[in-house]
Amino acid sequence: MQLAGPNGAGKTSLLRIIAGFSTPDEGQVIWQGESIAKNYDEFARELLFIGHKTGVNGQLSAIENVRFWLQIQGYDTKQDLYSLLAKIGLVGLEDVPVRTLSAGQQRRVALIRLWLNNAKLWVLDEPFTALDKAGIAFLQQRFLSHLAQGGAILLTTHQDLTTHFNELQTVTLEYRH
Amino acid sequence: MLRQHSYWQLFSAVCKKDLQLAFRQRAEIVNPLLFFLIVITLFPLAIGPEPGLLARMAPGIIWVAALLSTMLGLDKLFREDFNDGSLEQLIASSYPLSLTVLGKVVAHWIITGVPLVLMTPLFALLLNLDNQALLATVLTLLLGTPLLSFIGAIGAGLTVGLQKGGILMSLLVLPLYIPVLIFATSAIDTSTMSLDYSGQLAILGAMLVIAVISAPIAISSALKVSVS
Repeated sequence: MQLAGPNGAGKTSLLRIIAGFSTPDEGQVIWQGESIAKNYDEFARELLFIGHKTGVNGQLSAIENVRFWLQIQGYDTKQDLYSLLAKIGLVGLEDVPVRTLSAGQQRRVALIRLWLNNAKLWVLDEPFTALDKAGIAFLQQRFLSHLAQGGAILLTTHQDLTTHFNELQTVTLEYRH
Repeated sequence: MLRQHSYWQLFSAVCKKDLQLAFRQRAEIVNPLLFFLIVITLFPLAIGPEPGLLARMAPGIIWVAALLSTMLGLDKLFREDFNDGSLEQLIASSYPLSLTVLGKVVAHWIITGVPLVLMTPLFALLLNLDNQALLATVLTLLLGTPLLSFIGAIGAGLTVGLQKGGILMSLLVLPLYIPVLIFATSAIDTSTMSLDYSGQLAILGAMLVIAVISAPIAISSALKVSVS
């Protein structure tokens, strides 16, 4: 599902409410029949959130960042991360501090998580920012395989999705003063 | 992809990351120590180098300097994670946030508290502290500095969302340090009179136990408020 709307319409705010960081003034977020406020840990297990601020530490290397994320999410860290980093276009840059990488490469470090999780719901805020065309296409391939496995994706983007998604729904938020 | 839930893995990962970062920017470890040293050397200059007077004031001086130098690192405790979005990832993890916070506070204590305890014998020389009082000082610092980290982290969590939260945090946290200061300096004073000071140590210990149990819960709610 794509969330569209002009700047300031509240896309990011809505995503943060859905991810459970902010509480809505009215209403509630329901996940599989239950309010997420009631059982947040269960919901967090099914959720992958990548926001504007990606949660990548600039002082650490790409591999350290990925490993830390795996650990805090409770995943196994004994995986072949190097080949995955190579696949996503960061070959040779695994061990340099992330802050020395370009904006697009930093974004890729954050997006590696998409290959390393079994969350059902992905909430992505502007995932294509700073990515090149090949990167965007590659990411959308990953979206397709996630959807094929029965996952759900909620994202905001100002770019049009170049790949055809059968079940794409777009919700447009209007800017209100 | 297998998910195994190990609280120890989370705790050690969080703790290790902060230690790793601190050792990469050594200034974080060295600066509070230098600050501590400078504050302590200022006192003999300001009030005169009379040994008896200095020894009398030493416990107070060491403890106030310890309070202030712990404050230095506190502002940074959650700031980086808040700015780069790691805090959101930690909240959106299925682990309890209080455990994550415990790891961070322990790392903060290892970075700021432990070096302070280790350096105290050196600083004691500057203030003409005798051996009896030195032992008491080290013991109170050993029990007291983790307490400072735990209490301070509550303030750090509350103010992390603010642009210039540093001063507000000091105003929030320093009054809460007063009980620690009272019992710690009272223990050292008692020791200089060759009396038993285990009572004061026991109270510090009890405060530490309460802080270890309840502060992580308070810190994690403070962080959730700051992030929303």
